[in-house]
Amino acid sequence: MIGVTIMFKNKIIVAALAAIMGLSAAGSAQAAEAGAHPERVNWSFAGIFGTYDQNQLQRGFQVFREVCASCHGARLMAFRNLSEPGGPRFSEEQVKALAAEYDVADPTAEGGMRPAVAADRWPSPFANDQEARDANGGALPPDFSVLAKARGVADPFPTWMFNYFTGYQEGGPDYIHALLTGYHEDVPETAPEGFQLSPGQYYNDYFPGHAIGMAPPLADGQITYTPGEDGVTVPETLEQYSTDVSAFMMWMAEPHLVSRKQTGFVVLLFLVLFAGMMYATKRKLWAGIEH
Amino acid sequence: MSEHSTYTPGNAVEKWLDDRLPVVRFAKEHLMDFPTPKNLNYWWTFGAILVMCLGVQIVTGIILAMHYTPNVAMAFDSVEHIRRDVNGGRIIQATHAVGASMFFVALYIHMFRGLFYGSYKAPREILWILGVVIFLLTTATAFMGYILPWGQMSFWGATVISNIFSAIPLVGENIKQLVLGGFAVDNPTLNRFFSLHYLLPFIIAAVVVLHIWALHVPGNNNPVGVEVKDSRDTVPFHPYYTMKDLFGMVLFMIPFAWFVFFAPDILGHPDNYIMANSQVTPAHIVPEWYLLPFYTILRAIDFNVLFIDSKLGGVIAMGGAMVMLLIVPWLDTSKVRSGTFRPLFKWFYALFVLNFIGLMYLGAQPAEGIYTTLAKVCTAYYFIYFLVVLPVLSRIETPKPLPTSISESVLGKAHA
Repeated sequence: MIGVTIMFKNKIIVAALAAIMGLSAAGSAQAAEAGAHPERVNWSFAGIFGTYDQNQLQRGFQVFREVCASCHGARLMAFRNLSEPGGPRFSEEQVKALAAEYDVADPTAEGGMRPAVAADRWPSPFANDQEARDANGGALPPDFSVLAKARGVADPFPTWMFNYFTGYQEGGPDYIHALLTGYHEDVPETAPEGFQLSPGQYYNDYFPGHAIGMAPPLADGQITYTPGEDGVTVPETLEQYSTDVSAFMMWMAEPHLVSRKQTGFVVLLFLVLFAGMMYATKRKLWAGIEH
Repeated sequence: MSEHSTYTPGNAVEKWLDDRLPVVRFAKEHLMDFPTPKNLNYWWTFGAILVMCLGVQIVTGIILAMHYTPNVAMAFDSVEHIRRDVNGGRIIQATHAVGASMFFVALYIHMFRGLFYGSYKAPREILWILGVVIFLLTTATAFMGYILPWGQMSFWGATVISNIFSAIPLVGENIKQLVLGGFAVDNPTLNRFFSLHYLLPFIIAAVVVLHIWALHVPGNNNPVGVEVKDSRDTVPFHPYYTMKDLFGMVLFMIPFAWFVFFAPDILGHPDNYIMANSQVTPAHIVPEWYLLPFYTILRAIDFNVLFIDSKLGGVIAMGGAMVMLLIVPWLDTSKVRSGTFRPLFKWFYALFVLNFIGLMYLGAQPAEGIYTTLAKVCTAYYFIYFLVVLPVLSRIETPKPLPTSISESVLGKAHA
């Protein structure tokens, strides 16, 4: 009897595997016209113990501020966020001084503008989408606020199934990092057959369709990092800038990631222990009953 | 079921209350003493888990509604405001969003349990039908809830699904406009969907009350599918099943919490972090995973049948796939309830489960190449299972001998 059940179960498993593999074989045939598959970066904020690297976020903010912010907005980020726990942790004085460097619109102020305070949101570089397009050859630079979560990586089978168990949520920064490092000066041989770039477009391995309107924004040595308080220096390379700004964008999109994961660890630990105690109680209660 | 009543008012106050509004008696009879088959397995805990899911959605939803703004210009940012600036907002919002998925996990398990153990058979037809009604209402509620964050998938999902109504001959276009409050998805749509999304859960809760009422008239089905013969077959609901259900709930909260705290966005689509834009169509419009099987059936009909064009055909197939569940009690006429004792049924059932997962997978794939063929095959089996397999098996299958009672089957298992 037991043998029969096991056989029955095995058959189901084999049938299920066959069905899934049949489906996945069909799945690999397409997905060619999209961009190349980004490689995974080893992020400090991945996994259940993930936390942001404060120094990396500060460097990423520097990249954002000195390069990206001239075209890209961050309308949901407030200056005060930059000093909050779980983020880049600039001091409140630094944030106040930073905010004061920017002017924000305020209908109640004289002339409609006033210097920003920590509570203000990051001012957008353009008044509206149309102005942004006009200044960028017709392309709209997307707002950065939640961009790191608005991009993702479509993994092939069976990777996407494992992602549920590893909690892989870093597709966005992986893609952004790949995009920033995926430029070619000329159309490479790997391009689709007959590929033509229009004027004002650039070839990128990872951008869907490969023709991106943004010029390569970062280059080796472009930004001068000040060494951290511990005197540690990082290389001033395209790779490093891209990693740092991607991490910063993830923080901007998910500012409470660290506290969420810390709470989650405690919650899960509690639930597992509680479930164990519940099971023991249930067993004891049912011990005298044939069921 | 007052015949099970063991309640005697303990003092004068209880006596006074019992003569006027016997709530204590009701609770004692239905929540504590209710005789429940002693052989229920863990698949039976999903009823209680679903009550928990509904409760979680209502509580988190009410809190979210305090901070949410149903306006096309502000909805997207107000959800981000909840995630960023409301105390605990990231967790509450994630619980609500993940909670919808967990609700459907439990709902599908609960329904597939009923389909395997024949829980829809006499005298539980009404119980089953009320369950299907709850499923349909929950689907509608979840769909409308997905519009509220006003992301790209919210907008385009609503656009695609509301187009379903326009397939109805003659009045379709008018119904669509009534549903949307205009010619396309816009502010009136968002407002009425928000209003209905808040209303429907309470209607679901009311139908759940009827569902439990209909359960408490014949009592639970059980894994052997033999009716309760006498009190030796049962245990009181409390403490035996309150304890077992609570354990099931806590166990269910572990994957729930995993997603909420470590992967709150993995069940959603990245495009929903882009604010709705009627000028930009996403590359692939995909509904939430729990609607995918029915989405596949909708898309599978890409051919005209006589005077029915493919669009209407798809809508009929999708609607039929859901509504057909209502008549399952009369399609499967086998006297044996439990699939355990039906040697042929088991295999067709297993294939049906795999087929459903296949439909779900196909719904997320582009409608091209091999996928369209597979979608037609899977859709065909979905209908064949209900309309052909179940009625035919009822007539030709020789079931294994049933135990004479629950107690006998339990003893047999213990001594095997």
